[in-house]
Amino acid sequence: MMRIGLDVGSTTIKCVVLNDADTIIYQSYERHFSQITQKMTDLLSKIQKDVLRGEKAQLTVSGSAGMGIAQTCHLPFVQEVYATRVATSRLAPDTDVIIELGGEDAKILFLSGGLEVRMNGTCAGGTGAFIDQMATLLHLSLDEMNEEAEHYEKIYTIASRCGVFAKSDIQPLLNQGARKSDICASIFAAVANQTIAGLAQGRPISGKVLYLGGPLTFLSRLRFAFDTALKETGLCPENSLYYVALGAAFCSEKTEEAIDLNEALGNIANYGNTAAFLFIPPLFENQEEYDAFRKRHDSCKAPRGDIASYEGDVYLGIDAGSTTVKAVILGRDGELLDSIYKSNSGNPVPIVREYLLHILKTYPKLHIASAAVTGYGEELLKNAFGVDFGIVETVAHFTAAKEFLPDVDFVIDIGGQDMKCFKIRNGAVDNIFLNEACSSGCGSFLQTFANTLGYDIAEFAKLGLFAKRPVDLGSRCTVFMNSSVKQAQKDGATTEDISAGLSVSVVKNALYKVIRASSPEELGRNIVVQGGTFLNDAVLRVFEKEMGVHVVRPDISGLMGAYGAAIYAKRRQPSASSLIGLEELENFSHEVKVTSCGLCNNHCRLTVNIFGGNRRFIGGNRCEKPVTKRSGKDSEELNMYAFKLSELLSYKPIPGPRGKIGLPMGLNLYELLPFWHTFFTKLGFEVVTSPLSNRELYIKGQSTIPSDTVCFPAKLMHGHVLTLIEQGVDTIFYPCMSYNFDEHLGDNHYNCPVVAYYPEVIAANTAALKGKNFIHEYVGIHRKKDFPKKILNILNQHIEGASFTLPEVSEAAQAAYEEYDDYLRRIREKGEEMIESARKEKKPIIVLSGRPYHLDPEINHGIDKLITSLGAAVISEDVLSNRVKRFRTHVLNQWTYHARLYAAAKYIGDQPDMNLVQLVSFGCGVDAITTDEVRSILEENGKIYTQIKIDEITNLGAVKIRLRSLFAALEQ
Amino acid sequence: MAELKFDKNGRLLFTKEMKKEYTILCPMMLPIHFELFVNVFRNCGYTVELLTNDGPNIVQEGLKYVHNDTCYPALLVIGQFMDALHSGKYDLDRTALIITQTGGGCRASNYIHLLRKALHKANLDQIPVISLNLSGLESNPGFSLSLSIIRKMAAAMVYGDMLTLLHNQVKPYEINPGQSEKLVNRWTKSLSGQFNHNDGMSLKEQESNLRAIVREFAQIPVKRVPKIRVGVVGEIYVKYAAFANNHLEDFLAEQGCEVNVPGLMNFLLFKVDNRLEDIKLYGGSKIKYTVVNWLFQYLTKIQNMFCQVLRSEGGFEIPATYAHIKKLVKGVIGYGNKMGEGWLLTAEMLELAEAGYENIVCAQPFGCLPNHICGKGMIHKIKAVNPAANIVPIDYDPSATKVNQENRIKLMLAVARENLQKNTCNEEVSPVE
Repeated sequence: MMRIGLDVGSTTIKCVVLNDADTIIYQSYERHFSQITQKMTDLLSKIQKDVLRGEKAQLTVSGSAGMGIAQTCHLPFVQEVYATRVATSRLAPDTDVIIELGGEDAKILFLSGGLEVRMNGTCAGGTGAFIDQMATLLHLSLDEMNEEAEHYEKIYTIASRCGVFAKSDIQPLLNQGARKSDICASIFAAVANQTIAGLAQGRPISGKVLYLGGPLTFLSRLRFAFDTALKETGLCPENSLYYVALGAAFCSEKTEEAIDLNEALGNIANYGNTAAFLFIPPLFENQEEYDAFRKRHDSCKAPRGDIASYEGDVYLGIDAGSTTVKAVILGRDGELLDSIYKSNSGNPVPIVREYLLHILKTYPKLHIASAAVTGYGEELLKNAFGVDFGIVETVAHFTAAKEFLPDVDFVIDIGGQDMKCFKIRNGAVDNIFLNEACSSGCGSFLQTFANTLGYDIAEFAKLGLFAKRPVDLGSRCTVFMNSSVKQAQKDGATTEDISAGLSVSVVKNALYKVIRASSPEELGRNIVVQGGTFLNDAVLRVFEKEMGVHVVRPDISGLMGAYGAAIYAKRRQPSASSLIGLEELENFSHEVKVTSCGLCNNHCRLTVNIFGGNRRFIGGNRCEKPVTKRSGKDSEELNMYAFKLSELLSYKPIPGPRGKIGLPMGLNLYELLPFWHTFFTKLGFEVVTSPLSNRELYIKGQSTIPSDTVCFPAKLMHGHVLTLIEQGVDTIFYPCMSYNFDEHLGDNHYNCPVVAYYPEVIAANTAALKGKNFIHEYVGIHRKKDFPKKILNILNQHIEGASFTLPEVSEAAQAAYEEYDDYLRRIREKGEEMIESARKEKKPIIVLSGRPYHLDPEINHGIDKLITSLGAAVISEDVLSNRVKRFRTHVLNQWTYHARLYAAAKYIGDQPDMNLVQLVSFGCGVDAITTDEVRSILEENGKIYTQIKIDEITNLGAVKIRLRSLFAALEQ
Repeated sequence: MAELKFDKNGRLLFTKEMKKEYTILCPMMLPIHFELFVNVFRNCGYTVELLTNDGPNIVQEGLKYVHNDTCYPALLVIGQFMDALHSGKYDLDRTALIITQTGGGCRASNYIHLLRKALHKANLDQIPVISLNLSGLESNPGFSLSLSIIRKMAAAMVYGDMLTLLHNQVKPYEINPGQSEKLVNRWTKSLSGQFNHNDGMSLKEQESNLRAIVREFAQIPVKRVPKIRVGVVGEIYVKYAAFANNHLEDFLAEQGCEVNVPGLMNFLLFKVDNRLEDIKLYGGSKIKYTVVNWLFQYLTKIQNMFCQVLRSEGGFEIPATYAHIKKLVKGVIGYGNKMGEGWLLTAEMLELAEAGYENIVCAQPFGCLPNHICGKGMIHKIKAVNPAANIVPIDYDPSATKVNQENRIKLMLAVARENLQKNTCNEEVSPVE
């Protein structure tokens, strides 16, 4: 009997038909564009007609999207990883490891030496869909990407954990002019690293490796990336696309019964008609309602002028956004003469050049009297064309919004990749909300989705207007949204319903995820919406419905940044504009070089853009050093982070009779190094610490991380411990600590669960610790009296041949407590000095607060230096926390480090020159509580709250916007 | 109408007048246990309602009123309250809420504060929130845990554990579907009746009730076919509350599995024992140790009786005692690991694998802090101890889709099924789809 194996994946549908001799007599592979039931019906009808020709057959379904259908239609189902294994055991029985990438899944199967199957969690995006997303972003087809990657010269670090993250890594690279071939190769390398790190979880991949699934079959450079990462040569076998389908067909043998294809087809057809998904009322009930809505919004227009008849001074505004370039030309009365709105295709420079050439050549009577640029590409364009002003986006948008609604109190801008909104208080930008790396859904998400479903964005958005049952997709990060859409489609939602649903999600993301508003009143009643995404009527409609208020959408909603910049340029018209002229534009050249900066331990990857006429621009830097070529000594004088780090680095190993003991330099060791260093040195140990974190150290430990959603500082610990082992340290001390010191600021003095117990994770998942003495006992330094006794037992138990006595341990402990106190005292004294100097120099003071381990340059990504380069002094929260008496918080104040945050926030309430910026590690569950509390403490005193989320890789562009907006608000 | 009174920190109190006039809403977690708990409070003069509202609006309300990065259980518990308060079913000037408060180092200790923040955001500041805890946090004049209530609650927990355990072990094999369900309902009623008369609380009465329960379950006719046995562990709320884990137990039952969800008793013993371990590890008051140890011994006695009853009536899997489970985990993870489920989670996985439930779903909220350590972080080591362990960690949060979760569980079940076939060879095996 013939056997049909059907593999319905997240993006493609694969099918094989086998005859009795296990020969493939039919096979097909196609994208299903989420029309799953339709494609299944077509495919099975075709097989019935052309292949079976009346013969009986068995059918087994597999694949993530096939699961629901199989269940409802009573078709035999087999889980896809299992099917892969079945196929491999027949076709390539000597395989050791299988790596399979699919549309949205990544899997590793260990076959030899103990079967294990691993599948990516819900938060892993290094898959086919991710590569698709990147291809769209680069405007390349997958084949072109593969070709480009051949000619790479250097690999950038890109996070492939989720598409959104990677986008925010890639976009700045593009904007800085990095080569596409390098980016393509870097994307493949990122996928390989992510898959291996996320799924191997410490188990080595070696032996005969099999590559399966679409991406690995089609992309030779992706296979190359895996080979490079694994240091093995994997094999992509014949039929590598069909292993799941083949496995499903092989599984049919067990059922023995033939399937009635007609009945199955009937069931599948009916399945499409069931609608069990969650939906909300239609956006518009009828055409009249829509017409009225259009009419209201069409009346909000910017004044226009005729460029052809205009003569004299004009003002140029450019907004180089993450995915688009916008530019406007205003006349002397602020009338809009001309504008463009273009996709930036990875590089905004040629687009702006072309536009300027076009304007200057076509309208020789115009004279550009002043120009301003804003957006991601601000600095690049400013340098490339000699633009007069560069302004931060928030200021540009506020300037533009005021033109339409003078008493505007809330502006929300949803662009391609960013979502920006801010409140306006006393005529100044206050309370900025930018989407954090994980929820930056927005416009480009709608666009990618439209493309996957085979529509262009405008067409796709329109579909949703009259959808009968818009899908309720919830509000979360876009990677999750893919699966929600998949599920809705499975449940029978139409493309119209999905289009409307995605619009709803964009709005809900903005309101409940980014702004976290619970009531519309709280945001303000005079709202201006802008950004390209609001050109989409469906999004606008949902927003008004959700907010319960009519809002203003200017007809130039997509151009507001550029419009604001032009108005800014007009108001501050210089005596002569520095913008380059026609001749220079015609002879314009743009060359890009990539290099690494060696001026500090951040080792930024620099892209040096060289334009004609000695104009150049360096991108990728976090501080001013590579630009000014100075070692930047003076800026570090008012940088507490730099001071603390140098203090910690001054604890050097002192050789002692008891040999070496290693301390991994991460998490709470950043606070307790003075304590433990003194304690063990006194006892006669040579205390060795692991070096400061860097990328290589992180990669080294990456494959032993069992939970990919834990915070980055914790993940780094794996690399630190491995580095200590490599340094030949046999005894490593990394204690578990439920409790921290009680600083009498809160209700309790815990460490967070991760800081408290991470040593357990290291012990359980680091194979290299075998044969080493890894001391990770539970230690309570908070009980000063009991500590010597308790630690004595631990030492005598774990240090071979040692017999410490209580008096010597007590003495060492005494010294350790003193040293710790002294360290804190030095910080506070130095902090006081810095505050005084800053006040003398009239510099604003930023309390850059977070956790002690945010000192690690690999964790803070040099944000401290970025702040000092903007002309402010940086101090840390522990400088101020002891100046406040314990006070009542709205939450349970039970963690030592977090209590300091609250105290610092309280303290600056009446310090006009101090402002707080909170660093938050992505995935820090505790900070879900602290951020709200810190915000409310600050706002009670009329202070602006600024939060910066940091992770493995951080988009410093977004960080800069926040900081510059903060400074702009402070100026007003 | 009761006057609103505040303590010196401005916290709204639950007063004696309120006890007479107000309805107290209690969130849902474990249906059998909580039904009994609520009855205990009713008998003591409180008007209590156990919330049974379900559905997507709970998540929506949670997303609206709770910081979205906060753990999923907080979002759901608060979402369920808000959904109920906004349903129009309750007089908002005569409604109070009750919620447990632990005081551990995990985010969960903050639920009550997050709930108050949510009420404030929703302009419902007039609603008092009662903290249910044994640590003496936040007292209220109109609410006190008398010894009698505590004893009843402890007994209710024991009965709940027993009914859950038997229900799980019998239901998959029932010849007449629905019998064990019926028995659970009958006993829930009967036990609440006993509490009304202050009966059913002493160890002796507990023992005779338990014995009767076990006997009745043993009489339900069953057909014992080999089934895949799946243990469910994880963060306490997600593990137990069906709407938090997308009805995991029902899904597993549909897939033809026998499910074992460890009861509350070991969790309670764990929380009490933590206080003893703290003193052992870091030092502390001897008096405190003695008092806590007395409580610990009392609970241990109840547990021993519980197991003894099961053993003497025969035919059922007997859950591991706390002492045994603690021994299992020695050398795998430290006893000082106490936040959230702490080492108990690791221990439960080891114990389930040892007891023949080697297929395990570890259910946790997305990004759950303690579970990075004692759940996902320990799987490697558990497999080293017991290579048969077939564990799948599943994350739950507002947007994790059922499709993805079920697909991963099915993968675990496919391996489980293969192992089962290997072990039972020619016996009949119930199909897994």
